Amino acid sequence: MIRFIAKRALGLVVVLFCVITITFFLVRLMPGGPFDRERKLSPHIEKELLAKYKLDGPLTQQYVDYLGDVLHGDLRLSTKYRNRSVNEILRDCLPVSALLGGIAFWVSTVAGVLLGSLAAARQHTWIDRGAMLAALFAISLPSFVIGPLLVLLFAIYIPLFPVGGWGTIQSLILPSITLAAPYTAYIARLTRGSMLEVLSQDYIRTARAKGLSERKVIYKHALRVAILPVVSFLGPLAANLLTGSIVVESIFSIPGAGGFFVNSVLNRDGFLLAGVVIVYCTLLVVFNLVVDIVYGFLDRRIVLYG
Amino acid sequence: MDSRSPWLRLRRNQAVLLSSVVLLFMAAVAVFGPELMQAHAGDVSRDSFLPPSRQHFFGTDLNGRDLLYRVLLGARISLAVGIAGAAVSFVIGIVYGMVAGYAGGRADSLMMRFVDVLYAIPRLIFLLILISALDPIVHHFMETHGLQGLAPYSKIVILVFCLGLTEWLTMARIVRGQTLSLKSQQYVLAARSVGQSHRNIIFQHLLPNVLGIALVYLTLTVPAVILDESFLSFLGVGVQAPLASWGLLLSDAAQVINPIKGYWWLLVFPALAMSLTLLALNFLGDGLRDALDPRGRR
Repeated sequence: MIRFIAKRALGLVVVLFCVITITFFLVRLMPGGPFDRERKLSPHIEKELLAKYKLDGPLTQQYVDYLGDVLHGDLRLSTKYRNRSVNEILRDCLPVSALLGGIAFWVSTVAGVLLGSLAAARQHTWIDRGAMLAALFAISLPSFVIGPLLVLLFAIYIPLFPVGGWGTIQSLILPSITLAAPYTAYIARLTRGSMLEVLSQDYIRTARAKGLSERKVIYKHALRVAILPVVSFLGPLAANLLTGSIVVESIFSIPGAGGFFVNSVLNRDGFLLAGVVIVYCTLLVVFNLVVDIVYGFLDRRIVLYG
Repeated sequence: MDSRSPWLRLRRNQAVLLSSVVLLFMAAVAVFGPELMQAHAGDVSRDSFLPPSRQHFFGTDLNGRDLLYRVLLGARISLAVGIAGAAVSFVIGIVYGMVAGYAGGRADSLMMRFVDVLYAIPRLIFLLILISALDPIVHHFMETHGLQGLAPYSKIVILVFCLGLTEWLTMARIVRGQTLSLKSQQYVLAARSVGQSHRNIIFQHLLPNVLGIALVYLTLTVPAVILDESFLSFLGVGVQAPLASWGLLLSDAAQVINPIKGYWWLLVFPALAMSLTLLALNFLGDGLRDALDPRGRR
């Protein structure tokens, strides 16, 4: 177990190193510096600006410096939002994204597992068919269709919720639903499939023969095994929620990291862009590792070895 | 009840039949639709935000352009990008997967580790960066090499290239697995023992058997690429006006819907066209997979 974790942690470092390197060079590859404006800057000022943002010197030297700064936890200054460091920006906007993502994460796993088990328990009934049809649609519709449709229905025609914004509990509901919908559907399908498989196994027949109530059989005995595929989906789920939240934040104008990310791409704000990417990837890779470890504890049949 | 022939199984699957009809229809209107409409339907006019009427079946948008025309143009570009991007990923995935699977051993495990690393990186995030880094370069290249006429399409070329470059991972894994299992089959061993060249074995014995499963997966890659393209266009990094793609239309709709007025047609029609196409493609891919691989059926 310890060897497994150590080996995976090493892999994590490799992935992060690749991410930082690729991001850095892609950002520096972008033609047109961050200070290109309509009016040409005087060479003197431009030189000073480049020095301030540590964009001077040979590229390899810049790269080594940047790597060093990142290792010290300094993600440098944003070139667009003058005089704000990337660390500051992230400190402000990450909690917003984390809240939204966290809600969507719990909603989609809990609702997905419940719906999936329900559908499996009532296989071949209209509940099952209805749930699975709804799931199919929720998976096929991208969030930038679901989101505006929800706004149209529940914020404009039936004004229950605000159109966008951030700060109130009401303003959280539509974005969370938009973000969670496709993954709830996916998890419901996953749970249903694996539940059906588990329900056909011998130990479930034993449990039923023992006279346990159907509810106990399903939610106590079967679910424990049927949930395993869902656990292994949690890693990709986190990744999808991250990228999904970029779109959802832009639909509902939520001041989260996703909006800054898109703007940093459009503004060629290199260090902000690199900072968001590094934070995203770190979160993801660490989360994946945690999921793998949890999986190992849940399913004793699996031997983790490096 | 199941027939042995995959073709018969496929034809019996009604969802697949329906999807094929939808897709053929969509492809036909995408290719011929914009040409059949009035000459100036796609031009900017003063009639902005007209609701659907007999003159404009889908209504008009902010700039007074006919929405039906925009949706058809969007269909053309979205489908073209989807197919071309998937084709790029198809080629990369097959070559990479076959090389890894056929080489085996250390080269294989190294190549697959690389795929694992790429898997760990959120694809769409890197697409965003890749496109914004490459776009000015290609644009500049086209302008300076006498391809000014193509310059408006530089974004599309980039999209196809980048989407193909990021979507091949699963394809490579599938192809590599298939190659590995084929390689140890007796007819391949026989071919090798009579002294056939690697090239012969790869192109005559392995490739034809890998193609089937790869083609099935290709039908599932097309909707994925279309979805990615619309994601990028929605965020403003993909296709740009006056061209259109479904993602761009939806993004335009989302922007004007936020004020008090609900211009529902701007949202509903592009969403409908896109969702129908994606659903049909997914059904078709699933159906093909089920038909060719009965073990994989639920």
